[in-house]
Amino acid sequence: MSNAISISGLVKNFGHVRALDGLDLEVATGEIHGFLGPNGAGKTTTIRVLLGLIRHDAGTVSLLDGDPWAEATELHRRLAYVPGDVMLWPNLSGGEVIDLLGKLRGGLDTSKKDKLLERFDLDPTKKGSTYSKGNRQKVALVAALASNVELLILDEPTAGLDPLMEAEFRACIEEDRSNGRTVFLASHILAEVEALCDRVSIVRKGKIVESGSLAELRHLTRTTISAELTSDPAPMAAIEGVHGLRLHDHKVDFEVDSDRLDVVVRSLAPLGVRSLISHPPTLEELFLRHYQDDVDVDSSETET
Amino acid sequence: MSTMVGTGSLVRLILRRDRLRLAVWVILLAAVPLGTASAFIELYPDAASREQLAATVSSSPSLVAVLGPLYDSSVGGLVTWRVGVIAAFLIGLMAVLTVIRHTREEEETGRRELLGATVIGRHAPLAAALIVPIGAGVLIGLILTGGFIGMGFPSAGSLAFGLGLAGVTATFAGLGAVSAQLTQASSSAKTIGVAGLGIAYLLRIAGDVGESSGALWLSWLSPIGWFSQLRPFAGEQWRVLALWGGLTLVLLGGAFAVSSRRDVGAGAFPPRPGPAEAGPGLRSASGLGWRLQRGALLGWSLGLGVLGMVYGGAADSIGDMLEGSPQLAQIFEQMGGEQGLTDTYFSFVVGVIALLAAAYAIRAVLRLRAEEEDLRAEPVLATATPRSRWAWSHLVYGLAGPVLILALAGVLGGLTYGLISGDVTGQVPRVLAAAVVQLPAVWILTGIAMALYGLAPRHVGLSWGALIACLVLGQLGQILRFPQWTLNLSPFTHVPNFPAQDIEVLPMAVLLLVAIALTGAGLIGFRRRDIG
Repeated sequence: MSNAISISGLVKNFGHVRALDGLDLEVATGEIHGFLGPNGAGKTTTIRVLLGLIRHDAGTVSLLDGDPWAEATELHRRLAYVPGDVMLWPNLSGGEVIDLLGKLRGGLDTSKKDKLLERFDLDPTKKGSTYSKGNRQKVALVAALASNVELLILDEPTAGLDPLMEAEFRACIEEDRSNGRTVFLASHILAEVEALCDRVSIVRKGKIVESGSLAELRHLTRTTISAELTSDPAPMAAIEGVHGLRLHDHKVDFEVDSDRLDVVVRSLAPLGVRSLISHPPTLEELFLRHYQDDVDVDSSETET
Repeated sequence: MSTMVGTGSLVRLILRRDRLRLAVWVILLAAVPLGTASAFIELYPDAASREQLAATVSSSPSLVAVLGPLYDSSVGGLVTWRVGVIAAFLIGLMAVLTVIRHTREEEETGRRELLGATVIGRHAPLAAALIVPIGAGVLIGLILTGGFIGMGFPSAGSLAFGLGLAGVTATFAGLGAVSAQLTQASSSAKTIGVAGLGIAYLLRIAGDVGESSGALWLSWLSPIGWFSQLRPFAGEQWRVLALWGGLTLVLLGGAFAVSSRRDVGAGAFPPRPGPAEAGPGLRSASGLGWRLQRGALLGWSLGLGVLGMVYGGAADSIGDMLEGSPQLAQIFEQMGGEQGLTDTYFSFVVGVIALLAAAYAIRAVLRLRAEEEDLRAEPVLATATPRSRWAWSHLVYGLAGPVLILALAGVLGGLTYGLISGDVTGQVPRVLAAAVVQLPAVWILTGIAMALYGLAPRHVGLSWGALIACLVLGQLGQILRFPQWTLNLSPFTHVPNFPAQDIEVLPMAVLLLVAIALTGAGLIGFRRRDIG
């Protein structure tokens, strides 16, 4: 299967500021790809390059096997976009905007639109100026989801939605997955990405710092283990791959490199396990490793 | 008063945001009367020449219509007649636009909410938005009073001129404040405010022209008319100041009363629900452009059509005048005409209407920038709409809008004059042609706005600078004795003053080519640049 999006060595400068600094990204056709990164990391800039709204300075970008700058108009028939900041025309109703954007894209599935309006509990007769932020977001979402396009590009689409609507959004994306639609989802809502995405790319300072399936990414990190033992847990400290060991009587807490998990659990057993809690790294832990400026992979080795 | 807490900080914020904008207004409105005064001192050094001019003006309804009545033949009196009403109109425009910009526009964009959550009294934003333009009006008044006294004009008249402009500023700031309370959209608020200003100007024309037949009371209904009735340098009627004071208090009282009752962001008229689906007219980029532009096009066409009618009506008695009055001919020459009084008059007033049509054209083109800055262009450009199609969906109003506006004003002006003079079939095509030949010059400004939008989008505001330059060069350049090469910078200098002069094809063709080049450069630049 070919890639819906493939970017390599993408560079974009705004004056003296380098917004994208050699970004590489592959999104396979049919997958739901999470695009994670802190504010200002370059998520929106990447999306704007993909939409042909801005020109890139270096690198190659291919979108649906086309050039997003030169073939913008043709490519835009095959995708739908939900901006992070949805602004509507104050004197147009939500329903008018949905129809207009659908028409400009080349068509709208009316029955799908009606269903979505109901699911998102959106009143299409209200004027743009009277919608709340969440409702403006819903207008853009309905307009995008109601189209029968191959690719959805969503920039923080649930910002401003209440939890019920967020759940509805996830359900819609799940349905799209089964329909074979490719979804490129920029977000920093980790739970959403964890629940929806097949693969994830983490961007930081204009570069991809991590990319892969959640399972692959987890593999790179550590599992947290808390255990209560019948004998002295001190020997655990000597085992390779155990980090951040904390002892308290017969209780022990530590983190273990995911690829050493098997060895470590085997060495726990002889010490007499009374209780054992283990949890895999959450996306949040994974994320924080890349988000925090001062904590890089090397310094995390020496944490206490 | 706790509802006023933070007013000082907000005033500083407005001054910081508008430092350039306000400086342009203050310099323009102070320099034009002072420059005119110094020119008039040289042009009319003796009482005889001044009295001749005064007699000519008083018997010329057309001059009274465009500029206002003349009540005294001193240099101060002549300056008051020549620039007083124009200055009052422009200062009123400054007041209305500044107040709405810092009240309703702030609410519409949500910035008001950001401030409202800080320690800011409920009335502080409105108070600050009023203090700044009124302060600017007072400053302009002070500069002019001081400047006139420095030139040796009588102190009482100089003070009246300054106070009068300050009074006009305060009243129209009040009108702006009321308009800002009524509607949710700042564009509608501006329309209401500017319409109020336009009505005041038209009432003044009707009253001043009909003074002899007892219609002067119409001028007394107009805060702009009050400026003439204050009679600077002509036996000042200080009581008129109380009219501005009283009306300002009423308007401000109303604005603050509504403002303290309504919710932030809400207007006095609740928005009505719209259709649940887009109609057939709203299914394309051009449909969207029409939807966004139609209100302004309608308003400007009506407004300038009415202005054309009023100017046409005022042209009537010009034919009765002594054709041999050298003084009047000289005035018209200063205005850029040569001979044939009615013809000169029409080529002068269509010049005024053309400048206003150019203002419409710039506004129409800059809608592109507003859409882009407000993030509404992005979702449209992310659809299968090509950039050029989207740009044309607004640009077309900057090109075709002035055609409609000038044609309407020309036809209505010619019709009114034709009905009064009994020569409809002769006058309609003449005045229409006079209006239409202005188009190439108007399109230059359309082209400047488009070129800036495509090539230097952050500097689109310079389009307004170009329009102001045309205004100053065209209306005052000759009085202020600017060298010819500066006058030649304005495209309006090069359109034929038809019907006073014959139509020459070459300058119009050159203007047309320049306009096409500018527009084309803008379109190409826009297709190649980053959005946002």
